[in-house]
Amino acid sequence: MNGIEINDVTKTFGDTLALNQVSLTFEPHKIYGLLGRNGAGKSTLLNIITNRLFADSGQVTIDGLSSVENDMTQGLLYLMSEKNLYPESMTCNEAFKWTKQFFKDFDLDYALNLAKQFKLDPRKKIRSLSTGYTSIFKIITALSVNTPYVLFDEPVLGLDANHREMFYRILIEKYSDNPFTAIISTHLIDEIANLLEYVMIIKNGEILVNESCETLLSKGYSVTGTIKHVDTFIADKEVIGEDVLGGLKTATIIGPINKSTLPDGIEITNLDLQKLFIKLTNEE
Amino acid sequence: MQINFEDERPIFVQIADGIEDAILTGAFEESGQIPSITELSVSYKINPATALKGISTLVDEGIIFKKRGVGMFVAPGAVSKLRDKRKELFFDHYIKKLIEEAKKLGITNEEILGMVERGYQE
Repeated sequence: MNGIEINDVTKTFGDTLALNQVSLTFEPHKIYGLLGRNGAGKSTLLNIITNRLFADSGQVTIDGLSSVENDMTQGLLYLMSEKNLYPESMTCNEAFKWTKQFFKDFDLDYALNLAKQFKLDPRKKIRSLSTGYTSIFKIITALSVNTPYVLFDEPVLGLDANHREMFYRILIEKYSDNPFTAIISTHLIDEIANLLEYVMIIKNGEILVNESCETLLSKGYSVTGTIKHVDTFIADKEVIGEDVLGGLKTATIIGPINKSTLPDGIEITNLDLQKLFIKLTNEE
Repeated sequence: MQINFEDERPIFVQIADGIEDAILTGAFEESGQIPSITELSVSYKINPATALKGISTLVDEGIIFKKRGVGMFVAPGAVSKLRDKRKELFFDHYIKKLIEEAKKLGITNEEILGMVERGYQE
């Protein structure tokens, strides 16, 4: 069996149910978006996959082997997390060299080349880096380890728009040259939506959506028009959100579009992942 | 070539249509090389699988061909093939919509013909 398989995983912290019987599969060589609001359970899931936390119950297997306390499976994974696990007095250069000790396929030349592209001076101590450059240092490490599974937890935290664009570009180039599984947890959904092949949305520790991005977005659509027109049109449809601005109304609908019955005065637009995410994860 | 993420067409269709447009206008010439999957994915920030799906439809139609290890090229005869295909779609895509809108506005058949004439002269 290939891929990361998560089977019925539950995790609690005291009274808080962080993950509730989660089952998921991450297939090889695909780019996944792991989306959820703050506190939804994304980081907990990534930490369980990489053995930094242990599940209360359930199993995680990597290419068919249990992930728990297993050096071999852990060598297949790399997690770029919010926490910095390197000693802070270490320079980036030293950190790259140590990473090479743990991950034999770490490509030092590639890492130094990326550092140059991002204008990160690798002689600097990790401690002295700004929030943005700390993220850049972690991105560079994650993109250079060459493990089959790379997990990114909030990779673009603190990055300016130019550096975010660079990250997306380098990620695509890297993935095209040498496909790997990327699991990306981010709040900047609009920017990354079209990069994702699959989308998983977590809400309150449960999987709400687990689908190919294209299928998900083709499941519904938005309509805009006068309140009267829109209300008539949506009366017999599954509506997941409505917004009114003056006399205009926009409604988000789940279901197939039947263009032949489309009344005048109604305009149709595609679903967009960020808007859909907001509708699905809003607490009413 | 522009990708509009609010467009009703899926992104892979927009990629294929965009390349077709570029071939029809001569921006990509017959037998000339077109951008690689990676270049397309990077410039539009889309998943390479999406770009590949768009290109594959053109390969299946014989508009684009691949040379192993070299890249992708516009097939000889692609322009006339595309013209024939687009002409077939012209009625559905443009004329039907035109008449629909004209009916809404109360524009007659003769008036449309007059406008078409004017359009060609301008």
